[in-house]
Amino acid sequence: MPDATGLELLARELRETDPDSVSDTEFFREKAALHVPPKAIRAVLEFLRGKGFRALMSVHGLDYYPEEPRLGVQYELLDMTEVDRITVKLRVPSDDPHVDSVTPTWPTADHQEREVYDMFGVIFEGHPDLRRILMPEDYEGFPQRRDFPVGGEPVLFTKDAAHGEDYTA
Amino acid sequence: MEIVRREKAPDDFRVRQLRARDMLRGDLEGEELEQYVQERVLTTTLDKAVSWARGNSMFPLSFGLACCAIEWMSHIGSRMDIARFGFEAARASPRQADVIILSGRISIKMAPVIRRIYDQMLEPKFSIAMGACSSSMGVFNNYAIVPADKFMPVDVHVPGCPPRPEGLVHGILKLRSKVLEDPTLGWRDRYNAVGTEELVTDPGEHPSAVNVFPFGDTSGA
Amino acid sequence: MSTEVSEYRKREESVDLSALNQPVEGTEQELLTLNMGPHHPATHGVLRLLVTLEGEVVRDLKPIIGYVHTGIEKTAEDKSYWKVIPVVERMDYLAYYFNAMAFCGAVETLLGVEVPKRAQYLRVIHLELNRILSHLVWLGTTALDLGAISMFWYCFREREKILDLFEYSSGQRMHTRYFQVGGVFEDIPRGWEAKCRDFLDDMPNRVDQYGDLLNRNEIVLRRLRGVCPLDEETLLALGVTGPLLRACGNPWDLRKAAPYSSYDDFEFRIPVGTEGDNYDRYAVRLAEMRESVEIARQALDGLPEGPYIVDDRKIALPPRHELATSMEALIHHFKLVTEGFRVPPGEVYYPIEGPRGELACFVRSDGSSKPARVHMRDPSFVNLQAFAPMVRDAYIADLIATLGMLDPLLGGIDR
Repeated sequence: MPDATGLELLARELRETDPDSVSDTEFFREKAALHVPPKAIRAVLEFLRGKGFRALMSVHGLDYYPEEPRLGVQYELLDMTEVDRITVKLRVPSDDPHVDSVTPTWPTADHQEREVYDMFGVIFEGHPDLRRILMPEDYEGFPQRRDFPVGGEPVLFTKDAAHGEDYTA
Repeated sequence: MEIVRREKAPDDFRVRQLRARDMLRGDLEGEELEQYVQERVLTTTLDKAVSWARGNSMFPLSFGLACCAIEWMSHIGSRMDIARFGFEAARASPRQADVIILSGRISIKMAPVIRRIYDQMLEPKFSIAMGACSSSMGVFNNYAIVPADKFMPVDVHVPGCPPRPEGLVHGILKLRSKVLEDPTLGWRDRYNAVGTEELVTDPGEHPSAVNVFPFGDTSGA
Repeated sequence: MSTEVSEYRKREESVDLSALNQPVEGTEQELLTLNMGPHHPATHGVLRLLVTLEGEVVRDLKPIIGYVHTGIEKTAEDKSYWKVIPVVERMDYLAYYFNAMAFCGAVETLLGVEVPKRAQYLRVIHLELNRILSHLVWLGTTALDLGAISMFWYCFREREKILDLFEYSSGQRMHTRYFQVGGVFEDIPRGWEAKCRDFLDDMPNRVDQYGDLLNRNEIVLRRLRGVCPLDEETLLALGVTGPLLRACGNPWDLRKAAPYSSYDDFEFRIPVGTEGDNYDRYAVRLAEMRESVEIARQALDGLPEGPYIVDDRKIALPPRHELATSMEALIHHFKLVTEGFRVPPGEVYYPIEGPRGELACFVRSDGSSKPARVHMRDPSFVNLQAFAPMVRDAYIADLIATLGMLDPLLGGIDR
């Protein structure tokens, strides 16, 4: 784990190359994270690869409804030789959810970016094949957004169904 | 032991009595004799024998969806050993299988596939919804899951998450006792679950296809 | 008789077959796209593969998933933290303790609680037993695919013993909800340790038996040795971890590299392969079963006395006997069961070493009693991307063998 000072040093180096590339650093429960604007993601990941974080372990999305910018994408990087982890976080607004895809340089992001697109609607520019991966191809809506209803069947013997209320309310 | 009397209309009983007397006397002939035999004596025993054979040698479709599939595999293992009930020949092709065991949660992407597979099974066919997820939604009541009753007829529901081996065996034996009595006992009619086989369509479209049975006739299947 | 035979021979030789040897004018080679559909005996769940074939050689492969997508992550946002545990357990349905461990670890990090030592050791024992369980199912079903059908029954016989142990300690065979935030649900009952030791003494013998059956079998060797290797660089670029990476020679294992839950108290080795082909993947998993037995035995030997769950009554349920006497215990129980505990806001990513690779749980909490986002980084989901490069230019039979060795678990892939 890069500790707090290590994280600040990384952030400072990044800002030297490009002042906009890091908007914030976060050191929470001994884990380091960098907040970057969406357009700088490829450069930041390449820089971190140069620093030894050569494995991209996870790309996942989340929805910060009702705060804007609403959709977040996070990249978990791992340095196998030093056993270090660092997270890179970015946020995009829901009316313009475009992020550069890192799949050309990090092949592991292929299916994972498709999943973020499927579940949240974040569009990755430059992804070789951006289609829905978990839901049926013609599904409408992005299920894991916070304002998408959980859905489900009104099952018998539930209190709400007995009172005529929507089960999922 | 309780004696159960079946309600029968008195004239129906009288008619049967007279016909039985006629048969014993040798007065029934030709078509009436045929009808009598068909109704009473031979077919009942034959039906029972066929049902006995069917119930004791059902071929399950090897169909596993999620966690319940792992428990289903434990049944094939040596502790529960459903081979003692005749269930050991799990067929991979739905055309050769008798019973489909929906072991696991059914997502909306998989539901049409399952329906297609169920249609490809030939009568008489049965289905067991194993576990809570396939019967009702189970633990997950959300946008992605559909209960099996919505798109296909289910004969036996086995609760549990996953069901204990004893629980599933109880469900299987219940199905077997239903088969042994009579498979057309009425619960299928509620779902309008007849005629669901998928066959090659009108032979006119595929002149090179050879259908052993005439189109639409599944009596020998 | 001989004249008839020679007559026949003459007639046979007089047939002119040269026409068949001419290439037919105007033919083209076409690639066949075969759909190994979601319902298939060898796809280990509902995986759909679109295979592009040239003859029997695989030229390209596209996996299509989503047939058992359950919306687990969405459901988890709707439930209080301890109610998420059974939902998340059903994700990777062979490694249920691992799912619970990842989630509980993430929530414990957010809360900032320290799990007591006894609970950590109990967790390790159950995790390693679950690892053996997962590898047994893998071995049974993969051997079934290869044609060694009887392995299935031997593996499931061992599984029954482990499932008995799980039932003894928690009441359920699968999906036991044994791991809770802060520790384990209940202490192990009397007699569990003896039964577990019996099993652990017996298991290395059984693993030797499996090895005797399969290790030097000609068919297994022909089907697995040298088949579909993939080099370490590609695997790392694709984010593959677990036994697939270890088969290539990279000893990356989170239990050793970044120990969690007292794994650094135990001495065990990491089995590593040399060539990265199917046989190495098989041998690595077989050896891992032995190492898991070692870890579980050491954990049982060193099991310390102490509480089995954290003492903080705002997080963990009070023991039942306190409810009759203490008012605070009653109030805590009520609050925990109805509303659940509140977790301070934050985001955390907690990785552990699952039987298939790095299993991690990302939890974001917004201060309320329900998580705002739960994401499970499932190893099979990422490992599946390595499948297409592995089977390029191999036969379909090799595809089946490699699919077994990949050990995909569709519940984890689809969540």
